Amino acid sequence: MTHPVLQVDALSVSLPRGADRTKAVSDVSFAVRSGQLMCLVGESGSGKSMIAHTVMGLLPRNVRATSGRVLLTGEDILEGTPRRLRELRGQQMSMIFQEPMTALSPVMRCGRQIDELLVQHCNLSSGDRRKRVLKMLEHVRLPDAERIYSSYPHQLSGGQRQRIMIAMALILKPALLIADEPTTALDVTTQADILRLIRDLQRENNTAVLFITHDFGVVAEIADTVVVIKDGEVVESGLPSNVLSQPCHAYTRMLLAAVPGFKPRKLQLGSDARVKLHAKGLTRIFDSGGWLRQSRRVIAADAVDLEVYKGETLGIVGESGSGKSTVARLLSRLITPSGGEIELDSLNVTRLRGAAALEFRRKVQVVFQDPYRSLNPRRTVGAAISEGPINFGASQAKARERSAELMKLVQLSPNSLNRYPHEFSGGQRQRICIARALAVGPEVIIADEAVSALDVSVQEQILALFEEIQQRLHLTLIFITHDLRVAAQICNRVVVMQQGRVVEQGPATQIFQNPRHEYTRALLASAPGRDFEFGMKESHSIFEPR
Amino acid sequence: MHDISDSVVTTILFPSSATAVPGAWRRLKRNWSVRLGGGVLIFFALISLFAPWLGVVDPSWLDSGNINRVPGYSGSFALPSGENIARTFWMGTDGSGRDIYSRVLYGGRISLVLGISVAALSIVIGLTVGLAAGYVRWIDGIVMRVMDGLMAIPGILLALFLVALWRASLETVIAAITLTEIPRVARLVRSLVLSIREEPYVEAAISVGTSTSKLIWRHILPNAVAPLIVQATYVCAVAMIMESALSFLGVGLPLDRPTWGNIMAEGRASFNLFPHNVFIPGAFLALTVLSVNMLGDGLRDTLDPRFGRRGE
Repeated sequence: MTHPVLQVDALSVSLPRGADRTKAVSDVSFAVRSGQLMCLVGESGSGKSMIAHTVMGLLPRNVRATSGRVLLTGEDILEGTPRRLRELRGQQMSMIFQEPMTALSPVMRCGRQIDELLVQHCNLSSGDRRKRVLKMLEHVRLPDAERIYSSYPHQLSGGQRQRIMIAMALILKPALLIADEPTTALDVTTQADILRLIRDLQRENNTAVLFITHDFGVVAEIADTVVVIKDGEVVESGLPSNVLSQPCHAYTRMLLAAVPGFKPRKLQLGSDARVKLHAKGLTRIFDSGGWLRQSRRVIAADAVDLEVYKGETLGIVGESGSGKSTVARLLSRLITPSGGEIELDSLNVTRLRGAAALEFRRKVQVVFQDPYRSLNPRRTVGAAISEGPINFGASQAKARERSAELMKLVQLSPNSLNRYPHEFSGGQRQRICIARALAVGPEVIIADEAVSALDVSVQEQILALFEEIQQRLHLTLIFITHDLRVAAQICNRVVVMQQGRVVEQGPATQIFQNPRHEYTRALLASAPGRDFEFGMKESHSIFEPR
Repeated sequence: MHDISDSVVTTILFPSSATAVPGAWRRLKRNWSVRLGGGVLIFFALISLFAPWLGVVDPSWLDSGNINRVPGYSGSFALPSGENIARTFWMGTDGSGRDIYSRVLYGGRISLVLGISVAALSIVIGLTVGLAAGYVRWIDGIVMRVMDGLMAIPGILLALFLVALWRASLETVIAAITLTEIPRVARLVRSLVLSIREEPYVEAAISVGTSTSKLIWRHILPNAVAPLIVQATYVCAVAMIMESALSFLGVGLPLDRPTWGNIMAEGRASFNLFPHNVFIPGAFLALTVLSVNMLGDGLRDTLDPRFGRRGE
């Protein structure tokens, strides 16, 4: 057995006083050998990023490793002087981050940013350095390396920026690469490319990789070994084949069961279903600029036709920039269309004004993506939920009563109506947002990426809540998501969008099992861990009473 | 669903933190800039307010027997009634024989009243203009160009011009300085409104049928208040300095009203021989402005939403 590149022994990291727990990481041990890719999986707040930052020697000032050892090729990082750590970073270990735009300097050309590492760590002439950078750029499969070399980060796409980060991280051939959620901010097709790239380069250079992720799909795709952590403690570790298919710990089983499966669960509604909401040739053009500036036209939605049947869940899926959120905002009339029509119950609602428009608002409600920003931080939860009913003429007392009922419906305590949003977790806030939408008694709910910001276990609960309220209140649900697994989980029918256009729509079963459009096929093929069956019955069985 | 989901249910029913209101007030009281700046400011406000009881004499009374006394001089002082009293001139007297201690204390009244009035007026007007500009597109184009135009003229010149136009009094000086400060406030409000109205919670309020006036009143204004309070302190500081500058240039309040600027202006002639005529009111002005700015910095640090969020 070879000596491990990174060995973490009984590492504990303490948090400053006043945090929600005393230790960010407690008694964590693992090892990564050269040529091995280890995935560190956990939900938000599990301490996984803290481990990465400890290894890099980049802990915030008020956080300190209290015990244990972190050995990088036999050298204890925790004992290292700042100067030694600087030498090690870049040469012996390097890191790539979730958001490449913020990790790159916006005022420096990409080539120069990579070059800087060579200037600091090697003794090469400027010509040799340039050659080496260009070679590295080709190595990370960026087309037209010369052009990329002299581009600024904002001129590149997210995927290209992440490739630049990878080039920076690997140009000095470090023994250890730490990747902290490197694909979370990327679209699914780009994610697949980047994962493949990391995998290939790692094999080529025999690099040890510590890969941090929350996504079991990614784990199934690339991991050689897995460590699952929860609240700063390792709950389970081993080979992915074992951990994923025969998890020992209840937490791992719960997480795995929460990952939505890829098989569509719901059928199309019967042919007697009525059309509830109908978009005909819905178009939205954004014009920017104007006065003294060149105007720029963006066609965010291009002649979108879609029908939503009463009582069904329609999924609108697509990557970022596909126009799915624009369609959501058009359908809810938060923005006005540049062209086309919207019909609710065969009634044209495109240009409603005044009282009729208000009535439309009552019938069609929206739940937004970001639970942290969709509640006014200065108003209590009760005020947020009762705002709608009061707008529609309910008395204070009545609205209050209704809010309490709704809190119960979304499984929150009615006693917390007087609390402020910051006192709730992300999942709880999303429940509050759902309650707020339900408060006015809507018939259609449009959920715009409503579960994307949530951890997988919370996501599962919120999805279940959506299903439950849909059945109880006979709602029509439009579910906008970039996550195909989520769509498979709850949609009867699916619309696939690309660059503002609908490329394919049909029953979920057909879209997932027999996609017709090339783009749909590409999307499905890129989903990480597609061959691995998550959320299946056997993992669910542990929830049966024993 | 046993072991795990039970714990899930408990966390749902009992959110972790138990406090009710974001503790802005408590954080304010703990902040040193707020304590020090606020403390000094309150001290100045109190001594100006209670000036008549703090051993002053008529600030405009000239005693020809006591011209240009240095600070600390003790002698007799002829009151307007003709009576002579023994008095120590802790801050000396000026070139006309007026007691600087009394003048500085009364001058503080004017500076503080002026600073606070200008801050309040420019915030209220700037808020209205900024809200209109941030909310109504066609107003935005027109009003903001006017504001840009106003900002292109140096504030002191504009104020000078306006005061010259209107004849100097406390009201006109306040109006002139307010007018120069409005564009800055309006710009801030406009940018705040533009960013807040894009927040999902505003869209959510629209989609539950909230009217525009309620939207502004309940959702946009409360979230713009903190930066505005901070801006108000800066406006207040600038206004006090500008008033002194105007008075110093001889276009501020009439010379018979003791303001810090006027005292300095009159002391300028004999500055070489009797620097206390300029230094003492100057020190009061500097300290007041410093304390207002410290208060502003402290407020900015404590009211910033980034410090307000906990448990995320």
